[in-house]
Amino acid sequence: MDIIINISGALCLIIGSFLCISGGIGILRFPDFYTRMHAVGVTDTLGAGMVLIGLMFYSPDFLIFSKLVMILLLTLLIGPTTSHVLAKAAMHNGLMPELAQNDNNKNMD
Amino acid sequence: MIMDLFNYWVVVVLMMSGFYIVIAHGNLIKKMVGLTIFQTSVFIFYISMAKVEGGTAPILAESISQHSNPLPHVLILTAIVVGIATTALGLALVVRIKESYGSIEEEDIQQLDEQAQVESEQKTANGNQV
Amino acid sequence: MIDIVLLTLLMVVAFAIIKMKDLFSVIMLLGIYGLLSASFFVAMDAVDVAFTEAAVGAGISTLLILLVITMTGRSENTTRHKPLLALLVVVFTGALLIYGTLDMPYFGSADAPINNHVAPRYINGSMEEIGIPNIVTSVLASYRAFDTFGEVVVIFTAGIGVLALLSVVPRPEDSKKITPVNDSMHEQYLVIRVVTKILLPFILLFALYVQFHGDFGPGGGFQAGVIFSAAIILYTMLFGLNTARKVMNQSVVQLIAAMGVLLYACVGVVSLLNGGNFFDYNVLSNDPVAGQHLGVLLIEWGVGCTVASVMIIIFFSFAGRREMQQHNKYVDNKDQESSL
Repeated sequence: MDIIINISGALCLIIGSFLCISGGIGILRFPDFYTRMHAVGVTDTLGAGMVLIGLMFYSPDFLIFSKLVMILLLTLLIGPTTSHVLAKAAMHNGLMPELAQNDNNKNMD
Repeated sequence: MIMDLFNYWVVVVLMMSGFYIVIAHGNLIKKMVGLTIFQTSVFIFYISMAKVEGGTAPILAESISQHSNPLPHVLILTAIVVGIATTALGLALVVRIKESYGSIEEEDIQQLDEQAQVESEQKTANGNQV
Repeated sequence: MIDIVLLTLLMVVAFAIIKMKDLFSVIMLLGIYGLLSASFFVAMDAVDVAFTEAAVGAGISTLLILLVITMTGRSENTTRHKPLLALLVVVFTGALLIYGTLDMPYFGSADAPINNHVAPRYINGSMEEIGIPNIVTSVLASYRAFDTFGEVVVIFTAGIGVLALLSVVPRPEDSKKITPVNDSMHEQYLVIRVVTKILLPFILLFALYVQFHGDFGPGGGFQAGVIFSAAIILYTMLFGLNTARKVMNQSVVQLIAAMGVLLYACVGVVSLLNGGNFFDYNVLSNDPVAGQHLGVLLIEWGVGCTVASVMIIIFFSFAGRREMQQHNKYVDNKDQESSL
């Protein structure tokens, strides 16, 4: 039983770290503001959530477990709201997303 | 020896970069940012001095025998809050300077001051002649 | 190991701040700088200090400077001359300072002079004399209460200074415009207004928890005051300054700021009247340890009230000044159009 808890905790922590790293690579590699924000928003909320779930497996008593649950709920509520507000501010100030060029497909149809 | 004194040398580098921003850049907001960097580097210096190897946070618990030194923590707690108070006051002064002079660049403000001084000297000279 | 990585990142961020010309990016980098130093303080076992630096340095400070650059402009002029003299002075001073650190005791040594005089007395005497587990709170509130008193007075003075420089008399016609502005903005800001209304009670509750839990873990009056004012600032940013002024009457907030300092001073005066020294809490009650508990509770409450009120006052003053500037610009534009 202990081994299963330890391994699942370690697995969640590794997945969380990988998601955070991929969010960082996404900021550097994506071409447009909106795609960059999508990378950061999704991977940061999920990455932080996975790290918190991994820590929940290692918590020694119930008080620490409940504090981690509260932090997880707050992170899940605040992360998507932040992405939404950033995208809305960019749209309000006139920054348009770069859309793909669809003219070739339309001409062929 | 590098690893033992590495913290303090990094603190000196950060302090000097904050100092450089204050004396070399003309924008008043950039100067306030430089002062904040300087302040935070001094906090890092004190807290590095307080750390004891093998110790933990200075909160009494049953199983802990060695604590880090709590006195610099108290001094830096005071310093952080005093720092934000003086930053807020400095920013209020910057807002009023912008309203009076129209610019927050140091060279423009000095130019406007010199112009105003020359004009007031000319006015007193004309007043004495008449 | 982790502190070496954090210190290197701090140096990188400081050099990036020197190079940047866009003030918005500089302020964002300053927020990152504050957060990295807070993480470094956790690695150095200074949990109270990390809490305060994260709340103040990465939170309120970034917010205030952002608010100021909306009024003063976003970019910095490039200097026409090369600052060679400044570079020479900086390098020379840095070399002198590094020469000065060569004599210092090695990082982390337990027999450094700093750990040998007053600190063991505080660590060993804290449980018997004062009886609270958090040694930093016991030193801050009881052994060194006089320094904390000076700090509270400094914060109060900064609040008065900002009020003197930036206060604007609110015009009476603003209160009539509140309801129509609120309704038209509601559609545009729907998601974040709903989320803020869900979160606000939890942030205020967390501020109260930090205030009273400061005896047993990291926390205390300063952090609680900053978190409380952050909740009110969030509400002001989303619902408008006039609505927030109706919710929190500014004269009541100013009164609370003054009452916090007065409460702190009165605890000292009451100890004098009871026969002890100034800020000697042993005489506040029959049992010395209970007297210490009462004294620490009261002054932390005074500190929390003053810090929260002064942060709210500072934000209201900056936001009110910005509204006055925008109103004057709007009136000037209308006069120019009508005269053309």
